[in-house]
Amino acid sequence: MNVKDNQFYTNEHEWVSIEGSKARIGITDYAQHSLGDITFIELPEIGKKIEQFKQFATVESVKAASDVYAPLTGIVVEVNATLVNQPELLNSSPYEEGWFAVIEIDNIEESNKLMDASAYKKYIEEIAH
Amino acid sequence: MRLIFEKGAFGRRGFKIPKKDVPIDAKFPQKYKRVKEPDLPQVSELDVVRHYTNLSRMNFSVDTNFYPLGSCTMKYNPKFTEKIAALPGFTDVHPLLPQLGGGGILTQGSLEVIYKTEEFLSEITGMSGFTMQPLAGAHGELTGAMIIASFHKFNGNRRKYIIVPDSSHGTNPASAAIAGYEVIVIPTDENGCMDIDKFKEKLTQDVAGVMLTCPNTLGLFNSSIKEIADLAHSVGALMYYDGANLNAIIGKSRPGDIGFDIVHLNLHKTFSTPHGGGGPGSGPVGVNEELLKFLPIPRIAKRVDGTFALDYSYKDSIGYIAPFYGNFSVILKAYAYMVYLGKSGLIDVAEKAVLNANYCRVLLKKYFEVPYGRICMHEFVLSASKQKENGVSALDIAKYLIDNGVHPPTIYFPLSVVEAMMIEPTETESKKTLDNFVELMIEAAKLAQDSPSTLHDAPKNMPVGRLDETKAARDLNLRWHSKKE
Repeated sequence: MNVKDNQFYTNEHEWVSIEGSKARIGITDYAQHSLGDITFIELPEIGKKIEQFKQFATVESVKAASDVYAPLTGIVVEVNATLVNQPELLNSSPYEEGWFAVIEIDNIEESNKLMDASAYKKYIEEIAH
Repeated sequence: MRLIFEKGAFGRRGFKIPKKDVPIDAKFPQKYKRVKEPDLPQVSELDVVRHYTNLSRMNFSVDTNFYPLGSCTMKYNPKFTEKIAALPGFTDVHPLLPQLGGGGILTQGSLEVIYKTEEFLSEITGMSGFTMQPLAGAHGELTGAMIIASFHKFNGNRRKYIIVPDSSHGTNPASAAIAGYEVIVIPTDENGCMDIDKFKEKLTQDVAGVMLTCPNTLGLFNSSIKEIADLAHSVGALMYYDGANLNAIIGKSRPGDIGFDIVHLNLHKTFSTPHGGGGPGSGPVGVNEELLKFLPIPRIAKRVDGTFALDYSYKDSIGYIAPFYGNFSVILKAYAYMVYLGKSGLIDVAEKAVLNANYCRVLLKKYFEVPYGRICMHEFVLSASKQKENGVSALDIAKYLIDNGVHPPTIYFPLSVVEAMMIEPTETESKKTLDNFVELMIEAAKLAQDSPSTLHDAPKNMPVGRLDETKAARDLNLRWHSKKE
């Protein structure tokens, strides 16, 4: 299972990559794998405030509908409109083309509650057993 | 199979509309008039009969096949209840009649059926009163959540959250959210029940209620249930019992005695009324003494002279939640089922449902991963994780079962189990049917070892082969267009 370096992870399998005062958010390769073929994605509106560990998006696959939780608190400044029309991008490229949203970070200290890549790697190995 | 639109021939008719013999006001506004002829199938009556009869023969149903679809309780619906529900004394009553002056006396039988069903359900669940109005299980949940809200509002204390464990019935979080609450989801612990430490952490004065399904979606009875109820009550939260799985404990344990304040039941599960392909369900809601005043109106009252009447005199009621009195014919079928089985029969239902599930579970545990291996109630969850190592998924096994005349179990639910297969045999199946199912599952496990491709290719004996579910979901095409368009 692919885990990308230099970004943070939640135990609900979201990733967040810090880009200055902003952060790009998505779900991990492990998450897209367990969900199966993605059929529908609902993203928040631009300008909406999302809160750390609270639901901010929904993903549906052939197996199930799942909530996606915000890894950090912030205001949504950009959403990936292409992803809504081509949900399969989430399966093929969860870390690049399959990003969900960019937020203006409220409080960077919150990232202390997240895992780094090596901790997340360990975490998904543990839940696999 | 061709669509009915593609059958028949131009000008073929099954019905002739008679010439109108009354004058009709022709001043129908032009803008509402159809410009184009409707594109209807042009078929004879026989074409229609054959088309739908053949479609029905392609269908899987509990009347034709074993149907262990976990969580849904697809048990057999005895036919005598249909006969009773079709009695003209019931079918010919207009629902407005009991609301009209002098109409009450003409509808005593129907009102009595509702009243007595409420009494039976109160006795079975240990509650003080019931409403038969909710039209489905999830509608019952919403009614229950609205009663929770009314209760807290009445006490001048609006609360924000409803707690729902992730092993609850799938509709609980949605019902709580529709009623205006924020949902707190509590994960499952290693025993397959709600993690009680996490529960304690989240339980505050801001929690309005706790919605529990017990036994839960993993088919497990939560033995800490009394402790959970006491904890919830200590902060003033109400306990809501999702009765989706009452089938397992009917006559053995009563939610009211355990400490639940509100209960909803699914008549189409526990009391064997039909799961009508999205058709009429019934989700009656029962409450304790303190909450009676919030039940929807009208309620059915028994007068001192023994007659029955509609009672609208509940000023704190949550109001109307359904047209009239619920799905009456469904209520009637459940009533007939309870009268026919009696107390000992209903207890037998629970015992056989649990026995059948455990029989299958024990025979299959050598071949499949059983995430929570203790004694289960009316259903159990297997995981195809061992088979997944050979590239065989729960979906492949499901398709293999269809090919061999068995409806698949519920797959990929609950979400907390990977490659989940949720099996609920129900009480009405014989040992022979269960043995046949177990053999098929063992065969599937062997094929997963020796010949995974056989499973990947299933189904082969069905009207259609493996469908592209992803394409069907991403690329909806729901409307038939004739070639002329």
